[in-house]
Amino acid sequence: MDSCNCIEPQWPPDDLLMKYQYISDFFIALAYFSIPLELIYFVKKSAVFPYRWVLVQFGAFIVLCGATHLINLWTFTMHTRTVAMVMTTAKVFTAVVSCATALMLVHIIPDLLSVKTRELFLKNKAAELDREMGLIRTQEETGRHVRMLTHEIRSTLDRHTILKTTLVELGRTLALEECALWMPTRTGLELQLSYTLRQQNPVGYTVPIHLPVINQVFSSSHAVKISPNCPVARIRPAGKYMPGEVVAVRVPLLHLSNFQINDWPELSTKRYALMVLMLPSDSARQWHVHELELVEVVADQVAVALSHAAILEESMRARDLLMEQNVALDLARREAETAIRARNDFLAVMNHEMRTPMHAIIALSSLLQETELTPEQRLMVETILKSSNLLSTLINDVLDLSRLEDGSLQLDLGTFNLFAVFREVLNLIKPIASVKKLHVSLNLAPDLPEYAIGDEKHLMQTILNVVGNAVKFSKEGSISITAIVAKSELLRDSRTPEFFPVPSDNHFYLRVQVKDSGVGISPQDIPKLFTKFAQTQSMATRNSGGSGLGLAICKRFVNLMEGHIWIESDGLGKGCTAIFMVKLGIPERLNEPKLPFMPKVPTNHGPTAFPGLKVLVMDENGVSRMVTKGLLVHLGCDVTMVSSSEECLHVVSHEHKVVFMDVCVPGMDGYEVAIRINEKFTKRHERPIIVALTGNTDKVTKENCMRVGMDGVILKPVSLDKMRSVLTDLLEHRVLFEAI
Amino acid sequence: MDLIQLQRQLVDYRTSLYHEGFLDEQFTQLQSLQDENNPDFVVEVVSLFFEDSERLLNELSKALEQQIIDFKRMDAQVHQLKGSSSSIGAHRVQKLCIVFRNYCEVHNVEGCLKCLQQVKHEYGIIKTKLESMFQLEQQILNAGGSIPV
Repeated sequence: MDSCNCIEPQWPPDDLLMKYQYISDFFIALAYFSIPLELIYFVKKSAVFPYRWVLVQFGAFIVLCGATHLINLWTFTMHTRTVAMVMTTAKVFTAVVSCATALMLVHIIPDLLSVKTRELFLKNKAAELDREMGLIRTQEETGRHVRMLTHEIRSTLDRHTILKTTLVELGRTLALEECALWMPTRTGLELQLSYTLRQQNPVGYTVPIHLPVINQVFSSSHAVKISPNCPVARIRPAGKYMPGEVVAVRVPLLHLSNFQINDWPELSTKRYALMVLMLPSDSARQWHVHELELVEVVADQVAVALSHAAILEESMRARDLLMEQNVALDLARREAETAIRARNDFLAVMNHEMRTPMHAIIALSSLLQETELTPEQRLMVETILKSSNLLSTLINDVLDLSRLEDGSLQLDLGTFNLFAVFREVLNLIKPIASVKKLHVSLNLAPDLPEYAIGDEKHLMQTILNVVGNAVKFSKEGSISITAIVAKSELLRDSRTPEFFPVPSDNHFYLRVQVKDSGVGISPQDIPKLFTKFAQTQSMATRNSGGSGLGLAICKRFVNLMEGHIWIESDGLGKGCTAIFMVKLGIPERLNEPKLPFMPKVPTNHGPTAFPGLKVLVMDENGVSRMVTKGLLVHLGCDVTMVSSSEECLHVVSHEHKVVFMDVCVPGMDGYEVAIRINEKFTKRHERPIIVALTGNTDKVTKENCMRVGMDGVILKPVSLDKMRSVLTDLLEHRVLFEAI
Repeated sequence: MDLIQLQRQLVDYRTSLYHEGFLDEQFTQLQSLQDENNPDFVVEVVSLFFEDSERLLNELSKALEQQIIDFKRMDAQVHQLKGSSSSIGAHRVQKLCIVFRNYCEVHNVEGCLKCLQQVKHEYGIIKTKLESMFQLEQQILNAGGSIPV
């Protein structure tokens, strides 16, 4: 027998055990080979398996194990050494790989396990989030309900609607069985069931307000769970069932009077109503926190809505009141107007009616005076005449005053001669004054314009009245009348602080002062002087006649003329001074071609119309100078000629009455000369009259002339007649005008 | 010639001067200023006018011949001429002076030259005419008559 390299198995191959081992090995090998295939297949399918490398290892391990078992199949029979070698190699490899795998699994299996725990954890979290989301949803729904409720509640301003809506909506939102509102009674001692949700007609249950449970609810601003058995909750017919939970909340009732201006109303003085909410009985429902919050919010909203309703009611009431008052006032006003109109009509008619007979009486009495009368008859007629004159004056005064007061008297503005007015007054007063041996003096300021714009008639009336009073109340002595143009320092008189006249270019303030040395007035009586019909005691005892209206009328006139009048006196027996200021207009200097009160120009056609009048002529142009000279010489003037401004200034003196200067020569400043002449002669009446001769009629030239203080403008060429009339006007009036 | 005829001739001559616009009513005014106290007033004024105008016209001519023309000064001089001519009633001369001044204002040399020529021309005419008129008047006076107004 050869030594073969075979290895003999321990048992004979035909043994049954061997056979079973053989078959098992075969199947194991099959299984071992198929497992990696399956793994590979499934791993390829899934993309996320992170342990590929492990799989490879595992696969190798399994394959090798399978190989081992497969090779084992050959070892049951006689096999060569090669087979044994292969088997051994396979087993060695398998051992290596499986050990490696085992080692690696130690690392991997905990990881795999933890995956599972994480999965569990996430599942729990998800469940929790679900729960929470459910809660949030419910809350949000609650919020929505609140908003909707609020909207419903606040959309109306009617108290009942508000409350009813509240109950209905709350009932709906919270699925309540019953919802009730208890309002405090007028006495404040009881709560009365006012509104319920389900019961149609709540019978007037009342509950005393000082129950402990009620106090508990009122003292907390939160919704409070109360027992279903307490009196406020026992409004349903008692059921056999388990009553649902009950919650009560206070509703503040804000009254208008609770609102202070600057701070919030005190809580202690508040009144509350009670709102009771009942969950359905026999349900396992509990009051949830969010539902309680909803109830509190709603209660607050209701309070606000109710207060708004209350405020609205108040304001409606106030408005109605105002309307009534307006109507009443309107009526009163119309009545007053009717009364005034009636009075005016009456006055006008009466005035007319009274005047007609008055005229008749006065006229006929005067005529009677002319006839043959016995002394007693004459005396009687004179008395009649005097009395009727007085009466006539009184009627006039009364009508004037009533018209003044109504404001229906308009000033009749026109240009008039101021000096003439004063002279007229003087003439009128002189006879009486001389009879009383009073000396009357008139001083008119030199800068007083001779002409003014204003209401001549009323101004004269005022002056006459004031002067007349002075004469009336002086038994002896003198009366001085002064008239000046009020300067700004004088205008702000300390005694009349409320009078702030502002002089301007077109107006000036005439200040007239009438001083007498008569009986004077005591200081207490001075304020009464200007009131209608008021006469001081001393005046009345004097029996001086007059209705006491005169000064009142004067004051009205002076006010109409935007002025002020007042009387000063040092006391009884020391005379008094009446001062008034009125605003008068200054007549336009250059644009008044026709002055209404200009006396007729003497048409002096004689050659020497102005004998010896010294005149200065300034003209650069020799020819026109000569012509002007010729004109003036023809009119009899004594002409001096100069040809330049320096010469003019040098020569001009107060002897020259008129200066004619040519201003249209470019380069020669006639205006400058005019200004210098004005400066040279400070007193107005010493200054010669300056007349510009110009070829330009434009406005600029005229304005320039006016501005520098020239008195007139003549357009060249000048005719003889024109020159004559110019000179006449200038010398007569010293008034500014323009001659073309 | 007869006095009456002379006088009529004078009147006609004068009327024609007015008619043709050489003189205007200012001249009439001048004449009305002449009286016993001032018998030669018109002649004196007119002579003064002639002197003045001639001087001014010479100066104007010289000014326009310069390289650099002083328009301002020229304007002043024309103004003078205008004043003089209007004072005695030399109507046409006065009108031309106004035009002349306009040209001076806009510094128009051509216009000024043209105007100057025209003014000189008109001045010449009015001078001749007035001198003739004065001669006629002198003749009347010499004949012992009085000058009709």
